[in-house]
Amino acid sequence: MADETTTTAAPEAPQAPERRPPRPGPGGGGREAPGGRKYFRRKKVCKFCVEKIEAINYKDVRLLAQFVAESGKIVPRRLTGVCTPHQRRLSSAIKQARNIALLPFGGRVS
Amino acid sequence: MNRTYELMFIVRPDMSEEDQEKLISTLETAVSSSGGRVVNMEKMGKRRLAYTVRKFNDGIYVLLTFEGSGGLVHELERRLRVSEPVIKFLSVRIDEEQKRLDKIKALREARRKAASTAAQSAAPSGEAPAVTA
Repeated sequence: MADETTTTAAPEAPQAPERRPPRPGPGGGGREAPGGRKYFRRKKVCKFCVEKIEAINYKDVRLLAQFVAESGKIVPRRLTGVCTPHQRRLSSAIKQARNIALLPFGGRVS
Repeated sequence: MNRTYELMFIVRPDMSEEDQEKLISTLETAVSSSGGRVVNMEKMGKRRLAYTVRKFNDGIYVLLTFEGSGGLVHELERRLRVSEPVIKFLSVRIDEEQKRLDKIKALREARRKAASTAAQSAAPSGEAPAVTA
């Protein structure tokens, strides 16, 4: 069993264009709150790299909503830990979703 | 040059079922008459809009996937723009993205296969891969 994990993890490293952190966090990488890092700065990892989510689609509202603040703004990379290539795709997907009224542009005024 | 596009549009929530069908069938005939092919048509049903569009807070989402040229997209968008019940639409080209995803998938598959064969060959020598890594 241990043999299996080492062999599958090893070829992954050169393939990923994003630098992989030495210690991978738990599965739900994007779930950690931006606050509460006064005491312990956890190494943030890109949710898309860790969970190997490649398709960032504008129709997947549930996924995109995790990276949109209450006010409707796109959460910056420095808070979510998403890597640059994935943030780029993410932001364009969010903008498409906004265009078709799946996500809000601004805060809820009503 | 045929490309795959996805056309999502929202019609007003009070539109009747047969009117929707009529609208969709006109779009489908427009696709097929200009040399395109309808891949999929999906009614995503009624859902709440994230913001008010033409004083509507709900809308019926329809997703149309088709193959065709850029001129066809232009034509469909023109039709949607002039048709009264359609309140919003978005067309996205999806074939390049799909190609990219397929490539990644194939790459991963190949890697997994290579890794499993390497593991089998290395299995008799015990902890060999861990030492080399």
